[in-house]
Amino acid sequence: MRSFEKSLPEFDARHLRIVAISVDPPEITREHCRKQRYSYTFLSDPKAEVIRKYDLAHEGAGQDGGAVARPAEFLIDSSGTVRWVNLTESLTARARAAQVLKALDALDVPARRGSSALGSGEAASERVPPPS
Amino acid sequence: MSSACAGPIEMKRRWNIPIWLGLLVVLGGAVTYFPLVDRFPAQGNLPWATLLIFGVGLLLIAGGLVYAFLEPRTYRGRIAGSFAMVLGLAVVGMFLFGTFYFVRQLPPSSGAPRIGQKAPDFTLPDKEGRQVSLSELLSAGNPDHPNGVVLIFYRGYW
Repeated sequence: MRSFEKSLPEFDARHLRIVAISVDPPEITREHCRKQRYSYTFLSDPKAEVIRKYDLAHEGAGQDGGAVARPAEFLIDSSGTVRWVNLTESLTARARAAQVLKALDALDVPARRGSSALGSGEAASERVPPPS
Repeated sequence: MSSACAGPIEMKRRWNIPIWLGLLVVLGGAVTYFPLVDRFPAQGNLPWATLLIFGVGLLLIAGGLVYAFLEPRTYRGRIAGSFAMVLGLAVVGMFLFGTFYFVRQLPPSSGAPRIGQKAPDFTLPDKEGRQVSLSELLSAGNPDHPNGVVLIFYRGYW
């Protein structure tokens, strides 16, 4: 996770948002981010609903036998399509930022900013506040 | 151990350095594993550097044991060496269990979104409690919409 923070300028330059998801409630995540000085987006999925939707639940591995997310990384383009995925076989071998950037450059994923025709019909949709 | 002959020869027995050195090397291998994986992520898949260190350590202990048992009058360490060997093997055994079995007990996730598939949409609170949805994030209506999103699922710290 630290490698993504370190490589944030490179992701910014490609207009890619980093979004991390776990079962941690927001207050735990806030504390964690403050301690680790992480500035990218962290989302909380305490009931592991999204984690199950992505079939990434490691049932029984969490607190009180609950589910946690197994480590996984996805690169999703502006149309919402998965362009690259990494499902590690080992907890100690998860993808680092350099790997994702390398995969990204090989894919040439991002459409030029603003030129994406996909989603242009949703211009009226609710706006998400920009990251602080 | 007072029954052992405590003659001058006994007193002059040399310290069996390879045994202690070997044990240190094995423990050092265990301690350096995490920094090593952090620096070289490929070591997480196959920690050959750590395994190599373990091998050297165990060989040193084994060498020391050979001295201790073949030349007990010259070298100490028959008992300590045996303990060191058991301890070293236990450390290596736990390491192998941990890295090759325990951390690999992950669900197959065969239903996870694949390349070319649509990523399932979701709406979740961020650390400030604001609701963030994938589709809105990627929507052209979002003035700050990115060219893509890197989704990182992690176990969490509860």
